[in-house]
Amino acid sequence: MFSPADIATLPFDDWVNGFVRGWLVPNFRPAFRAAQVPISAVLAWTEAFFLFVPMLVTTAAFALASWLTAGRGMAIFTLVGFAFIDMIGLWPQTMTTLAMIVTSVLFCALVGIPTGILAARSDRAWAVIRPVLDVMQTIPSFVYLVPIVMLFGVGMAPGIIATFIFALPPIVRLTNLGIRNVRADLIEAAEAFGSTRWQMLWDVQLPLAMRTIMAGLNQTLMLALSMVVIAALIGAGGLGLVVNTGLGRMDVGGATAGGVGIVILAIVLDRITQGLAERSDVRGISLRQALANLFRLRGTAPAAETQRAA
Amino acid sequence: MRPKLTVRNLYKIFGKNTQAALERLRRGEDKAEILAQTGATVGVQDASFDVEEGEIFVVMGLSGSGKSTLVRTLNGLIEPTSGQILIDGEDVARADAASLRRIRRDKIAMVFQHFALFPHWTIAENVAYGLKIRGISKDARRARALEVLEQVGLAPWADSLPADLSGGMQQRVGLARGLAADPDILLMDEPFGALDPLIRRDMQAELLTLQKTLKKTIVFITHDLNEALLLGNRIAIMKDGRIVQTGTAQEIVTTPADDYVAAFVADIDRGRVFTADDVASDAITIQLRDTPVREALRLMEKHGSHALYVMDGKRVAGVVTYRDLAACEMDTSTPSPTIRGSMITDYPTAACDTQLHELYGPAGQGLPIAVTDDADRLVAVIEPGDVLAHLSGDATANGADANGKEAAHVQPG
Ligand SMILES: Nc1ncnc2c1ncn2[C@@H]1O[C@H](COP(=O)(O)OP(=O)(O)O)[C@@H](O)[C@H]1O
Ligand SMILES: [Mg+2]
Repeated sequence: MFSPADIATLPFDDWVNGFVRGWLVPNFRPAFRAAQVPISAVLAWTEAFFLFVPMLVTTAAFALASWLTAGRGMAIFTLVGFAFIDMIGLWPQTMTTLAMIVTSVLFCALVGIPTGILAARSDRAWAVIRPVLDVMQTIPSFVYLVPIVMLFGVGMAPGIIATFIFALPPIVRLTNLGIRNVRADLIEAAEAFGSTRWQMLWDVQLPLAMRTIMAGLNQTLMLALSMVVIAALIGAGGLGLVVNTGLGRMDVGGATAGGVGIVILAIVLDRITQGLAERSDVRGISLRQALANLFRLRGTAPAAETQRAA
Repeated sequence: MRPKLTVRNLYKIFGKNTQAALERLRRGEDKAEILAQTGATVGVQDASFDVEEGEIFVVMGLSGSGKSTLVRTLNGLIEPTSGQILIDGEDVARADAASLRRIRRDKIAMVFQHFALFPHWTIAENVAYGLKIRGISKDARRARALEVLEQVGLAPWADSLPADLSGGMQQRVGLARGLAADPDILLMDEPFGALDPLIRRDMQAELLTLQKTLKKTIVFITHDLNEALLLGNRIAIMKDGRIVQTGTAQEIVTTPADDYVAAFVADIDRGRVFTADDVASDAITIQLRDTPVREALRLMEKHGSHALYVMDGKRVAGVVTYRDLAACEMDTSTPSPTIRGSMITDYPTAACDTQLHELYGPAGQGLPIAVTDDADRLVAVIEPGDVLAHLSGDATANGADANGKEAAHVQPG
């Protein structure tokens, strides 16, 4: 049978090697190294923080957050789950993983929300951003691990960069979606009263899109958690490393322990952020209110409701 | 005086090829033809009108006739394809983004059919929106919002959310939001269209009451002819993007421009369209003093009338009829009778803007109805026969209309 390869074969892998090794790495390695400085700094700070705060305080804080956002059952689960993690001796690794998650989600939000806003406000920007997101979501993460290592080296920061690439798309997509779905007549009303684009964004679009944006943040968080093990392959520590080590040594117990830690952390973080997203109900509430809700006792009604009753 | 808002040869065509479509329109092709040939939708074609300061200008037309498109070009939400829109002499159609924002903030506010209240804000915050946009401080905003809410009777709901209010109340908030920034012009796109008939009637009455004190320049869109006739100082009727007639309610009902308008106004309750003004005629009066009966009789014979209003100085004292005075004259027991003895003091009255249907009762007394102004001065009279003639819409009614207009401005001597 004839096949196109009979005429010519393309050394595609060589081209990529040439591009990455011959051009990208020698020319831009210092730039990439510099780019990871803020990531390393934020990570170092959060990790130090989570390792410094005593286990009981952290657990209490998370249990309280679960209680406020997701109910008493979830609070109990948080207490029991975190105690279990501590008892199987994985508390420090869990805190390292938590720091990595927080850092990558923070950077995803910092980049993703403005990108989503941009995409929502300009069809042309969305036409560019959308295929990039498609590629980010379809490329298997192992493919970009190698260039990341070449450009950034190994360690925690490159792990976070890999996580960032993997977890960024949902927050961009859902920010875009949330803003585009704000009722057209409200946009028209804002415009009719002479608001600027910024005023429209702050007063109308972001508050009303907040629920969807929070859902995006939740998805981003979950994706970040699912990258923990893979990121550990390029030197990120924490629970991922525990799993990998277990895997390497055929130590079923160790790998399972690490896995259970990840699952507990995932459930707790998922429920808390989901609860937050649900709090930003149809009315849509501002981020400030969302945070305020987090710290308000669950039993008491939100301010608006109290005022209404009065 | 220059009109507050002037629209000249305004066109709006949606779609591509708007210039080609515009050419065709000017050549006289119609909306359907252009859609078929070029794929462009004609929203508004060749609209021209003036809106005077302080009047309610109603644009009436069936759904799809281009009313919303027209009203949205006025504040630049839709950019017209061609034409001029002058507000205080400034052309909105050619304004850049910054000037448009300034015009929207300071001069022109809008009330929407489906209220378009911001669901995440309280009523007071919604009302204060225009002020927030202008950068006015939080306390000042709130104070002004409460003031306007007081005007529309919703002050107790200031801290509720829009979802807690009924449709009618929500639209009051919409109105309050429009009024809060104290704009010169208020655009209202079928504001009562989404409300129940009963609530709608309340809102119409409330708008008229508010307008008495506010005296805003209002462009009011509706598909309901009765609403148009009730609210509009002047009415423009739209069909297929074109304004087919502009005029007062009375003009439109008495002289429809074409069959389309005629069909529209055919079933209208004329008693609610016309007012005392339209049927009133010049008041012939006589001073009370010690006027002899004979003099009054002579005056009535001269004018061919059967009754006369009697003035005591500038005040109306009563009315005398030819029949009573003639009887008095016959009676020779008093040597030189004055009109005082035959005067009827229980005479029917109406205001200039009293609607004809309210005059059925007074007209039944058989006496001319005294039309008085706010200061209780007699400005004109209405012959009972004219009321009925006008309701039936016959030719003599138009005559009465014409001289009634004059009479309304003539001060009785
Ligand atoms: N954004 C738009 N794009 C295309 N056609 C439109 C648009 N807006 C309105 N039209 C068309 O313009 C015409 C007038 O619509 P509209 O002004 O909404 O009428 P009305 O308010 O009188 O019901 C209709 O034929 C409508 O389909
Ligand atoms: Mg409409």
